[in-house]
Formats: sequence, C-alpha cells, structure tokens
Amino acid sequence: MIELTNVSKTFTLHNQGSAVIEVINDVSFAVAAGECVALTGASGAGKSTLMRMIYGNYLTQAGQIRIGDIDLVQAEPRQVIAVRREVLGYVSQFLRVVPRVPTLDVVAEPLRTLGVSAEMSQARAKALLGQLNIPERLWSLSPTTFSGGEQQRVNIARGFAHAYPAMLLDEPTASLDAKNREVVLSLIEEAKARGAAIIGIFHDEAARDRVCDREIDVSRFTPKVAA
Amino acid sequence: MTPLLSVQGMTKRYGAHIGCADVSFDLYPGEVMGIVGESGSGKSTLLNCMAGHLRPDAGQVVFDTRTDGPRDTVTMSEPERRMLGRTDWAFVHQHARDGLRMGVSAGGNVGERLMAVGERHYGDIRDKATDWLGRVEIDAARIDDRPTTFSGGMQQRLQIARNLVTGPRLVFMDEPTGGLDVSVQARLLDLLRGLVRDMGLSAIIVTHDLAVVRLLADRLMVMKNGRVVEAGLTDQVLDDPQHAYSQLLVSSVLQV
Repeated sequence: MIELTNVSKTFTLHNQGSAVIEVINDVSFAVAAGECVALTGASGAGKSTLMRMIYGNYLTQAGQIRIGDIDLVQAEPRQVIAVRREVLGYVSQFLRVVPRVPTLDVVAEPLRTLGVSAEMSQARAKALLGQLNIPERLWSLSPTTFSGGEQQRVNIARGFAHAYPAMLLDEPTASLDAKNREVVLSLIEEAKARGAAIIGIFHDEAARDRVCDREIDVSRFTPKVAA
Repeated sequence: MTPLLSVQGMTKRYGAHIGCADVSFDLYPGEVMGIVGESGSGKSTLLNCMAGHLRPDAGQVVFDTRTDGPRDTVTMSEPERRMLGRTDWAFVHQHARDGLRMGVSAGGNVGERLMAVGERHYGDIRDKATDWLGRVEIDAARIDDRPTTFSGGMQQRLQIARNLVTGPRLVFMDEPTGGLDVSVQARLLDLLRGLVRDMGLSAIIVTHDLAVVRLLADRLMVMKNGRVVEAGLTDQVLDDPQHAYSQLLVSSVLQV
C-alpha cells in the first residue's frame, strides 16, 4: 500500500549561507495493507521528516513514494490532494483549524469533502468524539481554546473520521491519559483489522509493542554528521 | 480532465517595468490557488490580466466555457468577456466599495447581478437576495439598507453574496480579508471555505497573508519581481520552501 524506493532528501538553507543539510539518504521499505510499522530513532533522527515526505508535505529530492498506484514525488498538486482526501490520512501532533469552527464540524470535515451528507458526517463525528471522551458541551465550541490533550483527541477524531486505506500517525498517544490512550490504541487496532496500512511514530514503547508489527530505525538512513 | 482555466505565458509590462512575466499554470475545477508575494511583486497585475481588467501584452487565458468549451478570453470580444464576468466569473475586490454600488440597497446590490443575467421577477430576485444575505450572515432585516450603513466586514460579505448569487464557477479574489479585524477575518475565511466546498467553486486568491492561503488554498504560487519563483502544494511550499525568496517570506512571519 505504501512503498518507498531509494528516497533521499536534503534541505538547502539559502538565507543561512546556503547550508545544505542531508537529512534522509536512500530509504526503501514497504508497508502492506493491515500492517503497522513504527519509525524509531532518537529525537532528530528524521522520523517526522520522513513521515512528512510520505504525506507530500516535504518535497522529496530523489526516489519514489508510492501510495497505491500514485507516485507522490512526481504527482501534480491536484493528484496529491486527491490522495490525501481519499487514501492517505495523517494525524499530526498539532491541530490546525480555522478559528471559530465548531469541534463537531472540524471532525466531520474530512467526510464532508468526500461528499458524505452533513447528517452522516456529523453522526460519525459525534460517535468518535464520544468515544474519545470529549464532553458533549464542548462539541459546539471551536477547539482552539481547548487543552493540549483535548486538542490532540479532536485531531485524532478528525484523522479517523474517514476509513483511510493508508494512515500516518505522529505520536498519537502523546499527552493522553491511560483511558484515552487505550481508546486511541483500539482505534488503531480497528483500522489495522479493516486493512489499513499504518506508519506510526510512538515514543510510548508499550503502545508501540502492542500495535506495531515491525520497526524501522530511521537513524540508519540519516547521514552521519561529523562530530 | 480539462482544466477550468489555463494560463499560458501571461506577460504585462508598464513601459520598461515588468508587471508580470511569462506566468503559466492550469487550474482544475474545485481547486483554490493562492498567489503570494510582497507588494509590487506583480500578483495583482496578474490577477487583473486574468480577469480581463487589464490587457496583457502577451499570453493566453483559456477558460472552459459552458457552451463552447475552452476559449481564449484575451482574444474574445468585449461583450463576450463582459458576459463571462457576469455569469461564470466573479471578482471580489479588496475594498468592498470597489465591488459594490454604494447608493443602492443591499438587496439591490445582490439583485442587480441577477437582473444582468436576465431575471425579471421581483419576488424571485428578492427571495434569492434574502437567501444570500442569510448565507453570508447578514440579517435579512437589513436588506433595504444601503451598504454605506454597513461595517467593513459586512460590506465584504455583501460583496461576496453579490458575486456568488449567479453561481459562478471561478472566483478571483484580491486580498479578500485585507483591512479587516482578525475576528472578522476568521469569520470570512470560515464562510469562504464553506462556500467553496459546497458550491464546488474554483478560486484564485491574491494575498500577502500566508495564514489565509494556508487555510483556503490547495495550491500556492510565490511571486517576486513579476515572476513565479516557486509553485506547489500550499503546505509543501509553506513548510518546505525551496526558493531563497520563499524561504525568506516564510521565515519572516511573526509568531503569535
């Protein structure tokens, strides 16, 4: 479902003496449907960078990133947008929303853009928010004023609203209490059971051991910096 | 899929000075494209050339018309282009005063565009105007008031209602949230996003506000000195800019 072939990336900082930083060098791996793979490595190893490249958020200089039958490295913007809308979900660490939009609409939006009716999208959003223990009195408010943990749960609800065939999860259990962590892990297990290919970053080792089938150490692909 | 709008080699000079040079891109149905750059970078010139307000020195603006398929709007006759401007195209000005008739009531402003495409039944026109005032969150009780009595944010929302009432397929926007309070801006952004999604509109938005394009635009073009220096997916250009100028632009945004 997700397949990386000889993928490399550098950052060029034009305004800081044109410094060129090699961040990822020659990564190849594949994730099959129903499989969950963890990206591991110390902080700064390039886990989030690699994940953002797979989402098309960071530009990839070389190689292929195939999601289904589309190569995101070569794809036109509208193809990337279509892949993100239909195939590839991403739960980032930060919630980014239009101010003033009620939480319920934030969570329902991915379904609305797929053309699902307002009623059905909202019903799904309500079910997820309930499952993630966001009190009902908050649903009509914008999540911008919520606590960090609440925002993270709204973000997860939004990410799981549509049953994406491929998902990227950046620290989905960070800043959650035991009860909500359990809910998130069971959402991941459900997604795997229905055949989603998942790539995740988990600092929480117990969570990683529970949901992930294998690990990929990203620091293997990070060019060694001269000390 | 046929692009809704295909711009090729768009060039406009002001004497020896370059307004915009050799800009080309395709816009597909349902896409929203942002154009950013500092003032003087040529983004408004480009927008006005595309919308037929300025005559470009070179280049094509091919629009996929409902009746005749793709047509170059630069070479089509003035009446045809005007008709397009009243039906399939809409233009939202930065200053609502430029896009509204300030001496005519709010309802009249919306109704005028309907009459321009042939609607004659007063009751129908008034009903549609009332419906659109509601959609842009203007109290129906204000329908007979002139826009001069409206706040800046309300005027801008009225301008949007006036533009969208005829169900255009392409909307050009020049700094639609410029000069508005941040709270009003947020409301307008939310409104625009909903309208774009529900009506399946394509839009080209010129702005210098990177936060606005992040929320509204799927794609982004960065302009400097009349030329496009970088183009791509909005979040990719903002999070991983490749060109020196884009990097400078993104890193210059003040954090709130």
